[in-house]
Amino acid sequence: MKRAPTHSYPGLNLGRRHASADKASEVVTFGFWVFLMSDLVYFGLMFAIYITMIDAQAGGPGPHELFDLKSIFAQTLILLTSSLTVGLAMLALKYNLPRWRIVFWFFVTLVLGLSFLVLEIRDFMSMAAKGGIPQRSGFLSAFYGLVPLHGLHVTAGCIWLIVLGIQLRIFGLTDLLMSRVVRLALFWHFLDLIWIGIITIVYFGGLTYG
Amino acid sequence: MDKRSEMHRRERRRYVIGYGGSLLLTFAVFGIAYRYGIETKGVYLAISLLGLAQLIVQLVYFLHIDRRRSSREDLDLILFSTMVLLIIILGTVWIMGNLAVRMHTFPM
Repeated sequence: MKRAPTHSYPGLNLGRRHASADKASEVVTFGFWVFLMSDLVYFGLMFAIYITMIDAQAGGPGPHELFDLKSIFAQTLILLTSSLTVGLAMLALKYNLPRWRIVFWFFVTLVLGLSFLVLEIRDFMSMAAKGGIPQRSGFLSAFYGLVPLHGLHVTAGCIWLIVLGIQLRIFGLTDLLMSRVVRLALFWHFLDLIWIGIITIVYFGGLTYG
Repeated sequence: MDKRSEMHRRERRRYVIGYGGSLLLTFAVFGIAYRYGIETKGVYLAISLLGLAQLIVQLVYFLHIDRRRSSREDLDLILFSTMVLLIIILGTVWIMGNLAVRMHTFPM
């Protein structure tokens, strides 16, 4: 009998093999999705402020002096790859691969997330060295309100990866932990979506209109 | 057992396709920016359309959102949030832009 896989919450579903964890994930994952969507609205507000502040440079350094597209390109590739690896961790969980495979993909995702943060902080430091600090202009305040907010989310995701990786090693694949992996993967993919908004609006938009 | 590994392969391929598509779009965006510069509005239009395409690729291949009945609620929620976002963003840009023009701080 061939049936399409059931799909009862966003992201990759655990499926019938993990029926009880799948059932346990249904409501909480939808709730988590509601949280992500309200987080999206928050990011949207920051984007709106940034767009209205693009011209408010008050004679300070603007996008052309401050933005380093090479570094942004590297960050984009890193974050994109980490979205794939977190997906591979989900697949390892769903198809009962050995537990070290899940922890391995978690580890790769963590390393990529941390490298992303290192590059981002290096960018902020070189911006600050050129006089691009938050209190310099409305444009820079809006920039530092938005981009580090995303960085903060990535940091939270990294802490979550570490904690969940340790929990998986100690407690094994309980229903609760499996359902947490589902939400972590969702969170991580969501951050990638926000980052696409950031490169398109903050960086390219800033360079075009700033 | 066999059917299961086939499912596994199929779902893994879905992630790899999503990754490849996003990678391609990322290279296209930065390639355009590098080749044509980022000064003109036409180039920016192309970049934003590619960004939009990338959002859709990731929603479908990574977040598994599509028009299937079972994921309809999730899609509804995205569409509703997008509507709220558009009202907020377009409204803000409209009002603040209008204000800037009236205050003569923004050249028409």
